[in-house]
Amino acid sequence: MTTIVFIIVLVIFAANLHDAGATTMDPCLESMKTASLPDLPYAYDALEPAISEEIMRLHHQKHHQTYVTQYNKALNSLRSAMADGDHSAVVKLQSLIKFNGGGHVNHAIFWKILAPVHEGGGKPPHDPLSSAIDAHFGSLEGLIQKMNAEGASVQGSGWVWLGLDRELKRLVVETTANQDPLVTKGTHLVPLIGIDVWEHAYYPQYKNARAEYLKNIWSVINWKYAADVFEKHSRDLDTN
Amino acid sequence: MAASIAVTANYVLQPPPYALDALEPHMSKQTLEFHWGKHHRAYVDNLKKQVLGTDLEGKPLDHIINKTYNNGDLLPAFNNAAQAWNHEFFWESMKPNGGGKPSGELLALLERDFTSYEKFYEEFNAAAATQFGAGWAWLAYANDKLKVVKTPNAVNPLVLGSFPLLTIDVWEHAYYLDFQNRRPDYIKTFMNNLVSWEAVSARLEAAKVASSSSA
Repeated sequence: MTTIVFIIVLVIFAANLHDAGATTMDPCLESMKTASLPDLPYAYDALEPAISEEIMRLHHQKHHQTYVTQYNKALNSLRSAMADGDHSAVVKLQSLIKFNGGGHVNHAIFWKILAPVHEGGGKPPHDPLSSAIDAHFGSLEGLIQKMNAEGASVQGSGWVWLGLDRELKRLVVETTANQDPLVTKGTHLVPLIGIDVWEHAYYPQYKNARAEYLKNIWSVINWKYAADVFEKHSRDLDTN
Repeated sequence: MAASIAVTANYVLQPPPYALDALEPHMSKQTLEFHWGKHHRAYVDNLKKQVLGTDLEGKPLDHIINKTYNNGDLLPAFNNAAQAWNHEFFWESMKPNGGGKPSGELLALLERDFTSYEKFYEEFNAAAATQFGAGWAWLAYANDKLKVVKTPNAVNPLVLGSFPLLTIDVWEHAYYLDFQNRRPDYIKTFMNNLVSWEAVSARLEAAKVASSSSA
């Protein structure tokens, strides 16, 4: 049951990604708009030398686009299955929706947590996130080291995240497998920073040297996004 | 428990049974240099470090794989051990000017268990294409039947109780330099130009012997 709820949450969340071109949430699943590939907020070569133009083109135009296309296909199948009351088919579609919907959700966040150096990429976060990082990890360097260690040890494909646990009111570092979004590790977790450690995220440039990719990506991490999300949720937590 | 076949892999990085450029243009020398020279080498080196001073040290590789698979609740050395095994098996699954349709008994068995070679090709292709994330697709033998299996990350048919006969690596590092995101093209190239049906036949013979002796 909770898995079905998760799928619905994921579907509604994805429909609300503004960059995805979706309209306001419509309670009726049948008239929900499909997902679309969000534009990159910067040029394909803007993250060089940390991430090459070649990777950015492939990653955005091929990998992310494929997740969007396959996710929409799966949603269409889901609509038919639900209309037919074919509950086996609904359950069977879960993994396709999780893979491809998760891929879309994760990558839509990823483009936002990266920024060219001249647009603030790599610039350390402002408060209150900055103080929270020091409190939980000792220092920004301490956090980066921990995320790099966890990211390097993901076996196979996945992501490494800095998240805010809204329930426990603290920062966490988590990894997820394949395209599982951070929310699969806890529905109260909000992603602040996510780093793709699938091989496609770094292979043409770094080959097997994932650790070097992780070391270099921090120069284009958009801490402003993380700090803004953190601040917004801190305000919400304070007013609860 | 199924016995491992052919691959000894006594924590030694065996070179592929052909030069690193011998599979060109279907699989580039650059891919072999990284895939064998870096990825496979790292699995072997890291496994050696990992079992040093533990009760796994000096044990045969298939023993380590089965022990650390731990019925799916993977122990730390599983990834390196299984990947060391899988990669040696993978190099030996290919040959220069390979691919195409097998003949003789192997073809007869494929036709028996899949109705046609084309149906087998379709099923193997689908397994390789739909293994989400990192993993492998296999032709395997169990209970006197051939079947296609797909596995995630480092898992292989040994731990699932069947004899592996053929594999294709679908981790992105296996095809990204040559095919980028185009995994279907890589699979097609593997099937049409790289598969060593001789290796598959030899493994099938060994599997039949092993399964009749343990029957």
